Amino acid sequence: MPQRVSIFVTCIVDQLFPNAGMAMATVLERLGFSVDFPEAQTCCGQPAFNSGYRDEARTVAEHTLKVLDGADYVVVPSGSCTSMMSHHYEELFAADEPELAAAQRLSPRIYEFSRFLTEVANVEDVGAKFDAIATYHDSCHALRELKIRDAPRRLLAHVRGLELREMDAAEECCGFGGTFSVKFAGVSGGMARTKIESILRTGASTVISIDSSCLMQLQGAISREGLPIRTMHLAEVLASR
Amino acid sequence: MSATFDRKIEATLADSRLQLAIYKATGRLMSHRKTAVDSAVLPEYQELRTQANAIKRHTIENLDWFLEEFERNVLAHGGHVHWCRTATEVADVVLGIAKRREASLIVKSKSMTTEEIDLNERLEHHGLESVETDLGEYIIQLKHERPYHIVAPALHLTRYDVAHVFEEKLGVANETEIENQTMIARRVLRDKFLRADIGISGANFLIADSGAVVLVENEGNARLTTSAPKVHIAVAGMEKLIPRAQDLATFLKLLGRSGTGQALTVYTSFLSGPRREGEVDGPEEFHVVLLDAGRTKLLADPDKRQSLYCIRCGACLNHCPVYRKIGGHSFPWVYSGPIGAIITPQFHGVQSEPGLPFASSLCGACAEVCPVKIDIPKILLELRAEVKAEEKHHAINQAERAAFRMFAYVASRPRLWQRATKLAARFGPRGQGYVKKVPGFMNVGPVRAWLSQRDLPAPAEKSFREMWKERQGR
Repeated sequence: MPQRVSIFVTCIVDQLFPNAGMAMATVLERLGFSVDFPEAQTCCGQPAFNSGYRDEARTVAEHTLKVLDGADYVVVPSGSCTSMMSHHYEELFAADEPELAAAQRLSPRIYEFSRFLTEVANVEDVGAKFDAIATYHDSCHALRELKIRDAPRRLLAHVRGLELREMDAAEECCGFGGTFSVKFAGVSGGMARTKIESILRTGASTVISIDSSCLMQLQGAISREGLPIRTMHLAEVLASR
Repeated sequence: MSATFDRKIEATLADSRLQLAIYKATGRLMSHRKTAVDSAVLPEYQELRTQANAIKRHTIENLDWFLEEFERNVLAHGGHVHWCRTATEVADVVLGIAKRREASLIVKSKSMTTEEIDLNERLEHHGLESVETDLGEYIIQLKHERPYHIVAPALHLTRYDVAHVFEEKLGVANETEIENQTMIARRVLRDKFLRADIGISGANFLIADSGAVVLVENEGNARLTTSAPKVHIAVAGMEKLIPRAQDLATFLKLLGRSGTGQALTVYTSFLSGPRREGEVDGPEEFHVVLLDAGRTKLLADPDKRQSLYCIRCGACLNHCPVYRKIGGHSFPWVYSGPIGAIITPQFHGVQSEPGLPFASSLCGACAEVCPVKIDIPKILLELRAEVKAEEKHHAINQAERAAFRMFAYVASRPRLWQRATKLAARFGPRGQGYVKKVPGFMNVGPVRAWLSQRDLPAPAEKSFREMWKERQGR
């Protein structure tokens, strides 16, 4: 019996970057997992939580907890949404017994994609081939809340044809920050451009990350400047052959 | 966000010379810190942070006890302790001492606490001359500005800016060499030190078990301020306490390294009381002013009182990508950067600048470098919730609240969510990949703000959900 994993693709991947979600499913299936997509999933609720609307965030989180309850593993193509569900749900429901218990059940079962591959599936070489010079962007919540630093780099190191070059500001924020990107648009845009300068210094033509929201911010600014750089989700690189 | 906050941010972003000055100065401090806390030179760095956090927590949880112990020990050494609730009370204490000593000239060493209560302005208002003696502070005092940064008050000024200030205020023409500028300030300040009646300092630490004030600095001006004049007054926030002298072994290792990347600052002074019989130097009078000015309010909140652990190293400012863009003067109070963003609303109320806790991408770089492990992003999130609760109470920002209520309603009903997202995709911008413009009716609110800086991704032709269904049907 293949092991079953449920995927939570996040609202941003569902609507804007479905290929990243499909690529994640492909990689998991190739590794022998049976992939399940719980159809009632919507959003993790982070936009409301980060904007100070805790009641609204709780409403969405309650729904998500119900949808994901009972899953053996939940795999997510985002460090930020994973952290919302694995860390902040418990904070949100500190005073609500049944939801708190559900959040505590979910927390150890929910994995960001690269961490799932290296820690549960126990692989570093997924058999991918991708010809490019690339650089990896650390997304803040993955790096600082989930402490994911090496997993994506180890996976990328095994991709045939890929040369990975570290940028000097790999760990600096891209400036997205959810509603921050529109509430403080000028600051956010400036942060993206500073990050892009660091990307350019590597000479890489591809920027890889495990969070589509960072990539949307970076690609949006790259496209505005007309630069010959493309952004890709880690899953898309790992699914390439 | 207030119009002032927005305007200051825009002005800073538009000033390319200033942008470069901030970026270079903070970048330098970041790289110095990185070298100084590297595991090759300080393998116990993370343990030190954990220890510093534990000591501060213990002190703040038992602050009443340690404050009284500190007072007893200061008195035993022949010093005086003044408990002040407000800025006015501090000014009254200083004015009272100045009147008794017939003082007219005060020299000051760098202190954020005195900046916080506008002490110079209050003293000048009563006819006293109060001169800043830290070079950076002296320059910004000449310019009548607030510090730009907690440890580097003139971080935003280049040597050409300083030349301009010296020309205008001191009548020295066109001196752009930093070394010469320092010598000019030194000549002016030497004279002030020799004539000063009172020296006012801040305090980096107050040690409960020895009744001592600890000052760290690089220029030697704090040592002169506290020893040359006949009276020394240290003004300190009451959260500056640490229990024992031996705890300094933890904090001194962290403070210099986190702030400027120095293993130790050039001078570390331990001041415990006035000159005693047989001693050759030191002041005749030694006063410590313990300032509340809102601190007990923070103390009352168990989740956010960790804000009082701060040792004012400035590392969170240097590492904050937002501070590095908007600089120090965009912030509404003297405390800028991430620490300013969490303490300003707690001292002055969240409505004083409701945009402040939102001026962050929540990247967490601040918490990562904080030597006492203050969970700044967590506090920002709590403050955001407080801003929204206030707005709800006063029925402001109704449209945004309605939007989030709608979001929660739809996102907790999967079938409605699916219909709504499908509809939104149909109304989204057309095209492949990223678009530069959208039709006028769409170019409003968040979309317009996004497009002011970046291109916008068009919704995918098929959502993941649709692609998945097709694939399963195969």
